[in-house]
Amino acid sequence: MKLIIAIIQPYKLEEVKEELYKAEVNLITVSEVLGHGRQKGIAEVYRGHKETGNLLRKIRLEIAVNEDFVEPTINAIVRGAGTGETGDGKIFVLNLEECVRIRTEERGQVAIG
Amino acid sequence: MINAGDTAWILVSSALVLLMSPGLAFFYGGMVRRKNVLSVLMQCFIIMCVLSIQWVLFGYSLSFAPGKGFWGGFAWAGLNGVSAFEPYADYAATIPHQAFMIFQAMFAIITPALIIGAFAERMKFSAFLVFTLLWATFVYDPLCHWVWGVGGWLRNLGALDFAGGTVVHINAGIAALVTALVIGRRKNLDSNVPAPHNLPFVVLGTGLLWFGWFGFNAGSALTAGGLAVNAFVVTNTAAASAGLSWALIEWMRNGKPTMFGVASGAVAGLVAITPAAGFVSVIPAMIIGLSVSAFCFVAVSVIKPKLGYDDSLDAFGVHCVGGIWGALATGLFASKAVNPAGADGLFFGNPKQFMVQLITVAVTIGYTFICTFVIYKVVDFFFGVRVNEKEELMGLDLTQHRERAYTVLE
Repeated sequence: MKLIIAIIQPYKLEEVKEELYKAEVNLITVSEVLGHGRQKGIAEVYRGHKETGNLLRKIRLEIAVNEDFVEPTINAIVRGAGTGETGDGKIFVLNLEECVRIRTEERGQVAIG
Repeated sequence: MINAGDTAWILVSSALVLLMSPGLAFFYGGMVRRKNVLSVLMQCFIIMCVLSIQWVLFGYSLSFAPGKGFWGGFAWAGLNGVSAFEPYADYAATIPHQAFMIFQAMFAIITPALIIGAFAERMKFSAFLVFTLLWATFVYDPLCHWVWGVGGWLRNLGALDFAGGTVVHINAGIAALVTALVIGRRKNLDSNVPAPHNLPFVVLGTGLLWFGWFGFNAGSALTAGGLAVNAFVVTNTAAASAGLSWALIEWMRNGKPTMFGVASGAVAGLVAITPAAGFVSVIPAMIIGLSVSAFCFVAVSVIKPKLGYDDSLDAFGVHCVGGIWGALATGLFASKAVNPAGADGLFFGNPKQFMVQLITVAVTIGYTFICTFVIYKVVDFFFGVRVNEKEELMGLDLTQHRERAYTVLE
């Protein structure tokens, strides 16, 4: 089992969701986060006071999958979020120790899907 | 003779109408995505700044100085000869000329602000400024002169437009349709129809608009007497009727009435009663209000999706459609019993008035459509009207103004 965490541009969320549905990945958690990578954000100006290196809004996706779904999920996110420009985002893949479905208390691979 | 009561009422009304612009800013600002809310507020506020200046420098003169066929000319430029103490009897015999001037200034400000709804979320700020100034000068000022100015040819024809259904709402609504058509749809609209980011703002804006509209319509009596009272009462009645009927239409069609729907309906009702406010009595006002929601509802939820133009915040669907209905309804329901200086409409035995209203609407649509198109193309050639794709996706607040409305942390 893997936990896939992806940081993407907010306006790419809909396209990524569509690609994930096509890859039959239906379970995702989405949160709004702030961050910047090499882009360093955009300078904001308040009453003449310039604040550089400000954080930009990003979307963080969390998707728990079984092994066979790891590559399809990654590919779907890349297809949906990629533009070739700086700021497209990152995908992190982590080992997932355990997964419990609260309703049935099922554990492991059956609980993920 | 200057009348203190009239003067006080017109000054208060001017302040009420000014408040409609921030009201409109919140009405529109709540409807856009949160990355663009400041850009909409900014566009409304900068219009208050730019057109206040344009108006006293030459806008008022072009619109209201007497004579000349196309517009009023420059005789009153810089308020030359526009007295703060003496009245100008052809417009308002009992208030100082400058009181009439500043009341009209607020109309000149809100009209171009209405158009913002059509191109919201994708227009470059610099191009917007130039477009607005040119549009106010070459579309609003001449049309204002034709309908309200001494020597204006639609005024001489006998057109009834009490508080600006034609000059303000049809005019701005058609300009909205043209700009929405030529600027094109927002990006990714098909996969992701943006929801209003803050409906309470929309409701706040509607409240301020309703409140300010009493100045807009009842102030247009230009006296503090019975005519103002009539306009006040029918304005409130039409807004209430339209808000209610929009909710009922939604209830029947979609199963639930919505807050957004009542707000939209109230504004549509206010638009529709505007040209009629000084000419109709309360039952016609109710009919005008109840029916305008049906027309506007069809325009924004059936016709717009079918035709595919992206009038982001329905400036055309509410203001033009509601405005046309109001102008024609004036030709139907106007009565000399309400206002002896007006005329009787079709239902009071005078079909000619309906024809005059029809001609006025047609002329406005034709002139505004062509002129707005030309101005848009000129501005687009020199400045480029639309922001680039990346800027649009990031939002106008950050890319046009380098600030954002809401923080996520702290």
